[in-house]
Amino acid sequence: MSDTSLQGNQSLQGSRAFLGLVKRDLILAFRTPGQTLNPVAFYLMVASLFPLGIAPEKELLSQLAGGIVWIGALLAVLLSLDSLFRSDQEDGSLDQLLLSPHPLPLLVLAKISAHWLTTGVALIAMAPLLALMLHLPAQAFPALILSLLVGTPLMSLAGGIGAALTVRVQRGGILLTLLSLPLYIPVLIFGTGAVQTAVEGMSYSGHLLWMAALLMFGLCLAPLAIAASLRIVAD
Amino acid sequence: MNWTFFHKLGSPRWFYEISGKWLPWLAILAALLMAIGLIWGLMFTPPDYLQGNSYRIIFIHVPTAFLASAVYVMMACAGVVTLVWKMKLADMVLKCCAPIGASFCLMALVTGAIWGKPTWGTWWVWDARLTSMLILLFLYMGVIALRGAMRNTSTAAKACAILTLVGVINIPIIKFSVQWWNTLHQGATLKLTEKPSMAPEMLWPLLISIAAFYLFFTVVLILRLRTEILDRERRTKWVHKTVLAKLEN
Repeated sequence: MSDTSLQGNQSLQGSRAFLGLVKRDLILAFRTPGQTLNPVAFYLMVASLFPLGIAPEKELLSQLAGGIVWIGALLAVLLSLDSLFRSDQEDGSLDQLLLSPHPLPLLVLAKISAHWLTTGVALIAMAPLLALMLHLPAQAFPALILSLLVGTPLMSLAGGIGAALTVRVQRGGILLTLLSLPLYIPVLIFGTGAVQTAVEGMSYSGHLLWMAALLMFGLCLAPLAIAASLRIVAD
Repeated sequence: MNWTFFHKLGSPRWFYEISGKWLPWLAILAALLMAIGLIWGLMFTPPDYLQGNSYRIIFIHVPTAFLASAVYVMMACAGVVTLVWKMKLADMVLKCCAPIGASFCLMALVTGAIWGKPTWGTWWVWDARLTSMLILLFLYMGVIALRGAMRNTSTAAKACAILTLVGVINIPIIKFSVQWWNTLHQGATLKLTEKPSMAPEMLWPLLISIAAFYLFFTVVLILRLRTEILDRERRTKWVHKTVLAKLEN
């Protein structure tokens, strides 16, 4: 941030820092496309392992499809979370974030937003293809996309807590999995529940509303928890 | 109001000395209640009209399941105290509770599986209550693993406190899972606000064994805490004195 922005209005300054950080992370992601594409490739591969591992029959797969797509998305988000703060930690920019005059929860929210824009959105874009490959009934497509739309930011937020706690732990990836998975299970239950109810032709808005409530809860509290975790492990 | 007792609680030395006095009485009371509750429950209560004798595992299953979530809530409270008042003892409680809570959780799951086999005809179902208890076990394992991964004690203390507080969101999900989802697991047997649906000759031994398991937990927690206090305060004079006095006896 330049000197002029330091004299500016406080809230304006915060929003500029927010947008600046989102932009930086997006540019970084586009310059190293591997980091963005790897989770998506992983997603495709996990989902294609299920027909090989269980059975390629159409009826069976169309029943399992919602769950497979959801579990694939969950694992792909988990895979991408390890690098959420780690590269910043390695090149020292995480310390700069901690030292910056802007509220840390806001900066954390910017990093989470950038993470969701690079992984979550890519996963959602891939989901129809996977659903088609796995013969998900057509009436469940909107439910799948909507539930992923609400669920993937929630997974980025909840997993961010684990990523922040393990950022200074050597080989923290497996620990990150252990810390984040229990927080993902409610999302998974409601997400697959929504798809399943849609397959059965019933209204799935109840599941979506539950997930939206969880997302609001996570948006309010997770940045605070992530910011506190980052400060703690920096000591 | 006089707050000295609260400040005293923060002193590991004071706790070590006072808990040494409590411990034998608590241990005797726990053993006594455990014997009464379990012998009464396992041998002298009448068999259930529906389940026969297999329901008797309730006298172990319900107390351990109670404690599994109660210990987590206690850890969350200790986490708040650690973060807000930075009491060393609160973090020791958080650390010592985790393995105990995890064992209660595992025991509740195992006894539930053993009970499920004759009544539901299966060891395990993906029912809301069972699944959320399994998540609770994962939460405990996460807290233990995070502690193990961090070398610095004070960093580990605060990190574990945050993780415990985040995980506490699952406790209401477990509590209300039997009401929110219409699943195989039966609803709550004991409610504070309503008359119990159990026959009194089954209810009393159950209440006694719940009290006994709570006391058992307290005894185990104090034993672990005392070891933890000695370990963390090993460089202080009073620990040297205490240990020397023990060795001379």
